[in-house]
Amino acid sequence: WNIMAITADHIRNKLTTEIGAIHVEVEDTSPNRCAASFKVLVVSPQFEGKPLLQRHRMVNTCLAEELKEIHAFEQKTLTPEQWEKHKAQ
Amino acid sequence: QRDFAEMVKKDKVVVFMKGTPAQPMCGFSNAVVQILRMHGVDEYAAYNVLDDQDLRQGVKAFSNWPTIPQVFFNGEFVGGCDILLQMHQNGDLVEELRKLGIRS
Repeated sequence: WNIMAITADHIRNKLTTEIGAIHVEVEDTSPNRCAASFKVLVVSPQFEGKPLLQRHRMVNTCLAEELKEIHAFEQKTLTPEQWEKHKAQ
Repeated sequence: QRDFAEMVKKDKVVVFMKGTPAQPMCGFSNAVVQILRMHGVDEYAAYNVLDDQDLRQGVKAFSNWPTIPQVFFNGEFVGGCDILLQMHQNGDLVEELRKLGIRS
């Protein structure tokens, strides 16, 4: 695993497959931080009715292996409904 | 061995961070310090994980959370920098602090 670079595509695929994300934005912030760093926006119906902490835990669990190698990780978790509002703003 | 359950209950607000409130060593830890400051939270326990690898790994295992900083209110895990920032933005933080008897 260590020799495999973590890519934005890899993160997007995993979030889509494992927590049913319908929309994922991954920003590779590594250039600013000189180590693997990512900022993600995850939209999934599975977040419905779940508090923020639990949503973030779902993302952390999904990317547990990757997070061992990621230096900095920022996340925003939205339900499809919240995502629609977010886009309208 | 540290008793994390004891550590996080000892003070109303407990932060595990990189650096100290006076000198944060990471942007995310700094963000937590700034948010707390904005809400008038001056008195809180801050533990510098850069001082001690056991502390750094131990708190991650205790909270089952992979990153630093980590914030606890009344012994309960609140989240990291992203969650605190969102709570600040949506007003939940004022409410949570009020429950702790802190007026922001």
